[in-house]
Amino acid sequence: MSKVYMISVFAENKPGKLEKVTKVLAEANINILAFSIMSTNGFGIIKFMVDKCMDAFKILKEKGFTVSLNEAIGIEMKDQPGGLYEVVKILSSKGINIESASVYVAETRKRAYLIVEVKDIQKAMELLKETKLNFLTL
Amino acid sequence: MQFWNEKIEKLPRNQLEQLQLERLKKTVKRIYLKVPVYRKKFKELGISPSDIKSLEDIKKLPFTTKEDLYFDYPYGLLSVPHEKLIRLHTSSGTTGKPKAIFFSKRDIKQSAELIARCLVMTGSARGDILQNIMTYGLFTGAFVMHYGAEKVGILVIPAGPGNTERQINLMKDFGTTMIHVTPSYALYLASYMYDKGIDPKKELKLKRGYLGAEPYSEETRRKIENMLGIDIYNCYGLTEMNGPGVGFECPYKDGLHIWEDNFLMEVINPETGENVPEGQIGELVLTTLNREAMPLLRYRTRDLTRIIPEPCKCGRTHRRITRILGRSDDMFIVKGVNIFPQQIEQVLMGVKGVAQNYQIILESYDEMVIKVEIDRELFDGKIEHLIQLKEKITENIRSATMVKPKVELLEPGTLPISEGKAKRVIDKRTI
Repeated sequence: MSKVYMISVFAENKPGKLEKVTKVLAEANINILAFSIMSTNGFGIIKFMVDKCMDAFKILKEKGFTVSLNEAIGIEMKDQPGGLYEVVKILSSKGINIESASVYVAETRKRAYLIVEVKDIQKAMELLKETKLNFLTL
Repeated sequence: MQFWNEKIEKLPRNQLEQLQLERLKKTVKRIYLKVPVYRKKFKELGISPSDIKSLEDIKKLPFTTKEDLYFDYPYGLLSVPHEKLIRLHTSSGTTGKPKAIFFSKRDIKQSAELIARCLVMTGSARGDILQNIMTYGLFTGAFVMHYGAEKVGILVIPAGPGNTERQINLMKDFGTTMIHVTPSYALYLASYMYDKGIDPKKELKLKRGYLGAEPYSEETRRKIENMLGIDIYNCYGLTEMNGPGVGFECPYKDGLHIWEDNFLMEVINPETGENVPEGQIGELVLTTLNREAMPLLRYRTRDLTRIIPEPCKCGRTHRRITRILGRSDDMFIVKGVNIFPQQIEQVLMGVKGVAQNYQIILESYDEMVIKVEIDRELFDGKIEHLIQLKEKITENIRSATMVKPKVELLEPGTLPISEGKAKRVIDKRTI
């Protein structure tokens, strides 16, 4: 089982931020596989999983974005009714709490991945080893 | 401990006070004879120069305010004929119309003399290289420091502010050992180096920094000292008093020595104009004792501080004031509470996760909005940490000021960095 990485970008809640970030990624020919936005009163965090995460992290940092690289686990699920349920059922049975989540659809209607950030990734991976889940490797 | 003029810097208090009294009498007499505006004020108060028999008698004299400088702008307060003037400076005008301050040849020389004392006091000597990052222009700061440094025999690089890349190259190429700079630009320089992967402790020869022209907290000083690996000395001055060098820290960095042979200081209650007991906070009032072109009596600086009565370990007999705690002009009122920006700054500098820049926005009398830039290096992508940070700042400011602020977290680099005086308070209520 291997880890994947999410790139987190700090954003104030105002128009244009997502546009700026995605423009940088587009110009660097980086493909976004999954993304999500977490926002609260006044500010938020945009999270991306990309194909070339180290490159993306470096470029965004150079361009002056406030960015961090976070470890995550990509768990395979079926792209069909009940797919997400099957996965989270296992996570909750192991007592793993999801801090952030996004979805990467690898093959439409067939295979997707739930990308989760958790508090203690080492422990979570240990707990998930004994399950029948498949994990994403990039 | 090094001294530029050991005799005068360590003059016993009784002799120093005797010197002050002689100079005060002379100043008052000259002002009375040469400056009609002051003579009129004296007459209104029913006093004459012969009423000044002791230092205490200064309380009989009229105040001079910033408004007087506007009112009598530009020549009304001169006590010498025009042909004796060799320089005009104006105050930076952050609080209104500029104030014109004139120097005679002797005044320039005397200002340089005071700076020489300050520089040597902090350990500077011949062989040092000063990069002067203040604005050369109408503002006094750069010039007066320049002359004082030259007097000591220090090599001066008159860099002026801005062009950060070039500043760093000058430091590298010429081995700058000291910088004279505003605190906001010093912070900017330090963060710039950090971002570019330049290690000032290894790649530069900086030893000392002289920071003035805008208020900054002890936390900011430490932060810059750590980032640049230098000693920072707080300096105090104002254009109306010939610029920097009025007060300066010695190596003990515990308050600023005011050169009392040149300035008579008082601390008053800004509301009533009464002198406060020694050691209490109030507005600093200065009388020039050794100035030729434009002597000023009891000039109300609007700067809040207190006198430290205890003698300093450095051996100088000239008393110290604490760092400027605020300007009575800076003070703003929210929910009926008097607040100084320095209180907010102190809180922010003590919170991990916050970068150096902040702004206070006032849109109503019931709410203050504090915009804070987060620290790029401490961002970990976790939203709950940002929420906790915001709550912590809100709570700490509330407990420091008794007013609960609305805190906004911003991306670093969002707020304007001024290379002169940073604009910390945006009061939209009065504009």
